[in-house]
Amino acid sequence: MSYVKRSKEQLAQRVARDIHDGAYVNLGIGMPTLVANHLPKGIEVVLHSENGILGMGPAPAEGQEDYDLINAGKQPVTLLTGGSYFHHADSFAMMRGGHLDICVLGAFQVSATGDLANWHTGEKDAIPAVGGAMDLAIGAKQTWVMMDLLTKKGESKVVEKCGYPLTGIGCVKRIYSDLATLECTPGGLKLIDKVEGLGHGELEQLIGLPIRRHT
Amino acid sequence: MIDKIAASVADALAGVRDGSTVLIGGFGTAGIPNELIDGLIAQGAKDLVVVNNNAGNGDTGLAALLMTGRVRKIICSFPRQADSHVFDGLYRSGRIELELVPQGNLAERIRAAGAGIGAFFTPTGFGTDLAKGKETREINGRHYVLEHPIYGDVALIKAERGDRWGNLMFRKAARNFGPVMAMGAKMTVASVHEIAELGELEPEAVVTPGIFVSRIVKIDRVATQGGGFKS
Repeated sequence: MSYVKRSKEQLAQRVARDIHDGAYVNLGIGMPTLVANHLPKGIEVVLHSENGILGMGPAPAEGQEDYDLINAGKQPVTLLTGGSYFHHADSFAMMRGGHLDICVLGAFQVSATGDLANWHTGEKDAIPAVGGAMDLAIGAKQTWVMMDLLTKKGESKVVEKCGYPLTGIGCVKRIYSDLATLECTPGGLKLIDKVEGLGHGELEQLIGLPIRRHT
Repeated sequence: MIDKIAASVADALAGVRDGSTVLIGGFGTAGIPNELIDGLIAQGAKDLVVVNNNAGNGDTGLAALLMTGRVRKIICSFPRQADSHVFDGLYRSGRIELELVPQGNLAERIRAAGAGIGAFFTPTGFGTDLAKGKETREINGRHYVLEHPIYGDVALIKAERGDRWGNLMFRKAARNFGPVMAMGAKMTVASVHEIAELGELEPEAVVTPGIFVSRIVKIDRVATQGGGFKS
C-alpha cells in the first residue's frame, strides 16, 4: 500500500489537536512554533516563553515590533490580554517545578524509552550551546517531540539508544512525526496513530524496533 | 541620606577590579546593558569572568568586550549564534574558556548566590555531558545533580525606571536575568531610562528592591538601540 506523509502544517495540526483547554504550553524553537497557528478554536491555551512571558501572542504587524518583547528564538512577539512578565529564575521554576502542562520540542533522536537528544551533534569542532533545552525536557508534565521520523539519509530518528549526546533521560512521553504518533514507555514504543496506508509492520521496519499496537 | 544615582557611567563603574566575575543581564535584544558594557571597556578591568545567557552578537556590546581580550572565561547557556563570530574566533583559537550551563541552572545558580544557598540539587542535566563529574543524588525516586552558586563581584543590568534608593522596575521581557543578577552580585549597577522621585514608583510594582542595587545611572532612551523605541 502507498501512503502520504503528514506535511509540516498537518503535523502541527495533529499536535495541536491534543492540547487541552487551559493548558500552559511551551513550544520549542523551530517546527514546534507552528503548533501555535493550529490551536483548536474556542479553547484558551497559555503559551510560555523561557525569557519570562506567559500569554505570548503572535508576531506583531510590520512596524509594530518591540525589541523588549521577543520569544526564545529572539523574534518579536506580542502579549495577549491576561499575559504576564517575570524573571528568569521564575520562568525556569515553571518548567523545573512541573507547572507547565506540555512542552513540544524538536529532536535529533529519541529512544524508545523516551531519552532525548536535541542539543548537540557531538561533533568535535562544533561549539556547544544548550539554552533551555535540558530544563524544558525534564520539566514539563508532558514532553512531546515533533519531528520527521527519518533523517534525510532515511535513518530512523527513533532509536533503541541515542547516539548523540543526551538532553534528558526518559523524559519524552510522545513523538509526533510525519508518519506516526508514538508513545515512549519504559517498556518501549506504543502506537497512537499512523498515516493512512502505512502498515504496522512497515512502520516497525522503518524504525527497526517493535511497536506495541494501540489498544 | 541614600543616593545611589551615579552622575555618569564612568562613576557607576568606578572600582571594578581585575579578575572580577561580572554578571551581565539580557536575552537577545532585550535587557542588554550595552552602555554599561561600553563603560566597562573604557574602565579597563581585565582578566574577567563574564556571565551572560549568550556570548555576544555582532561587534558591539558584549562582543566588543570579548574583542578586547580582557575576558578570561565566559559562563553562558547559548554561545553559538548566527552572529557570534567574535566569541567563535576566540573559542576556536583557545583564547577564551567556556563553561556551558543549562539556562535554568544558570538563573538558579545566580539566584542561589543571592539567596545564601550553599548549593542545590536540580534534575536538569542529570545523565548528560553537562553533569559529568558532578555529585548526584536520588531523592524520592528522582535523580538530581548538585549545582553550586555563581557569585558575581559586579552585576550590570538594564532596567526601565529607578529611584535614588535603587528600587527598579523593568520593561516587558527585558526583565529576564536582571532581578536575579541584582541579587547575585556584591555590587549591582543598573542602567535606567528614567529616574523617579522617591515614592513615585508604585511599591507593589517594584520588581527589584533597592537593597539589591548599588548604583543606578540614567541612559537616555534614544541612545538605546531596539529597546522597544525605534529611532
